[in-house]
Amino acid sequence: MNADNIQIDYQGRLLHFLSLEGLNRRHLMEILDTAESLLGVAERRVKKLPTLHGKTVVNLFFEASTRTRTTFELAAKRLSADVLTLNIATSSAIKGESLLDTLRNIEAMQCDMFIVRHGQSGAAEFIARHVKPHIAVLNAGDGCHSHPTQAMLDVFTIHRHKPDFNNLQVAIVGDILYSRVARSLIQALNILGVTDIRVVAPRTLLPVAVNKLGVKVFHNPHDGLQNVDVIVMLRLQKERMEGALLPSKQEFFQCYGLTEERLALAKPDAIVMHPGPTNRGVEIDSRVADGPQSVILEQVTNGIAVRMAIMSITLGNHARPAVVDNL
Amino acid sequence: MREAELLIEAMTVKLRYLLARRGISEPALVGVHTGGVWIAEQLRKRLDLTTPLCRLDVSFYRDDFSRIGVNPQICPSELPFDVDGRDLVLVDDVLHTGRTIRAALNELFDYGRPASVLLAVLVDRGGRELPIEANVSGSRLELPADSHIQLLGPEPLQLLIQNVSST
Repeated sequence: MNADNIQIDYQGRLLHFLSLEGLNRRHLMEILDTAESLLGVAERRVKKLPTLHGKTVVNLFFEASTRTRTTFELAAKRLSADVLTLNIATSSAIKGESLLDTLRNIEAMQCDMFIVRHGQSGAAEFIARHVKPHIAVLNAGDGCHSHPTQAMLDVFTIHRHKPDFNNLQVAIVGDILYSRVARSLIQALNILGVTDIRVVAPRTLLPVAVNKLGVKVFHNPHDGLQNVDVIVMLRLQKERMEGALLPSKQEFFQCYGLTEERLALAKPDAIVMHPGPTNRGVEIDSRVADGPQSVILEQVTNGIAVRMAIMSITLGNHARPAVVDNL
Repeated sequence: MREAELLIEAMTVKLRYLLARRGISEPALVGVHTGGVWIAEQLRKRLDLTTPLCRLDVSFYRDDFSRIGVNPQICPSELPFDVDGRDLVLVDDVLHTGRTIRAALNELFDYGRPASVLLAVLVDRGGRELPIEANVSGSRLELPADSHIQLLGPEPLQLLIQNVSST
């Protein structure tokens, strides 16, 4: 195991999937290629593969989520794993010991994979550092830190429409400051060689060190959306609207909401993405969300294949070192 | 003519005869990725078949996932028609333990219920670990367990036999 990056083993293979940090193009392309092979499973009569037959996958959700939880559940089931979903109400802080206690109890049920969503940044990594070595941990969103499987399903969707990462203009619009989706997506796009990544947001929703992310910053959509191939709209959290960061949701829609007029600034074949659930009339107009350039529902479908890929790769990589050790 | 081509020619003759005897006029050839697909392509041309060529990547059906994980060079399976009631010919390069064919059969049945499945291989090298036999083989070779046989391709197709212990 690599001390600095716990998700990679000494041979550079993926053991956990916690964030995009420290991963290279090869890791990401392996996930995209594997997902491509898994996409067809949903079209068959039997929407199931025997790959994880006999494995037990536990969804540990300390934070509410419907889409992410159900797509992880379906992904595990389509790989023939047994799935257990635990929705664990929790206080805002990681209570080191109680979290470990939960962990030990579930470990005692002989499971093979934890899928963790937690309101605190670093929760999934904390769990990965404390589980038994045969268990793989996937991050399904931790605080404002990372949501790497969402980033992978986003780049997978982009790749299927625009195969050349090197010639791509991507605009990410909205709440960059608090968005783990945006952070992970920017990292993934950088790793895959996208050179023109733009963030479009008011100053109040941008991190202080935004320039270090490898992006171009725009404060108005008119400049930011010019000629782009991909527009990713981010979900505006209610708390942000109620807090001091934004005047009102009407005003946000006026300034940043994706309307048909603004979409016309992008390339004619540009695609529109959103991690969901969408706030219609806040960050996106219904006509755009349901329009011909929207791939929002495709993202949901692709999310299952991408999560299946990440599950089979990480659990598969856990299998191999054990054999070497036995020799 | 090269060796691999001679073997494919032999397969063609045997397969044509077998299909005629069984009264199968429109079989669909299903190549096992990668070598099986190259051979299936050749057979399809030689047998003048109009049915689309199918490809099966059995990586997710292998029985050694818990030992070696997922093959990183994976390729989507393609069966662009309804499998129900179809006569299929599964095509692979080398038949050895029979485990790949076991995986391929399981995958095929997740697409539907074919009327029949035949197995055609370029080389049957013995060493079976499962009750699986080919209906058609280009050649039978009794090779020692530690030797390695591989089909290189697609252009030209070339059989490579190596004795692992001596390399």
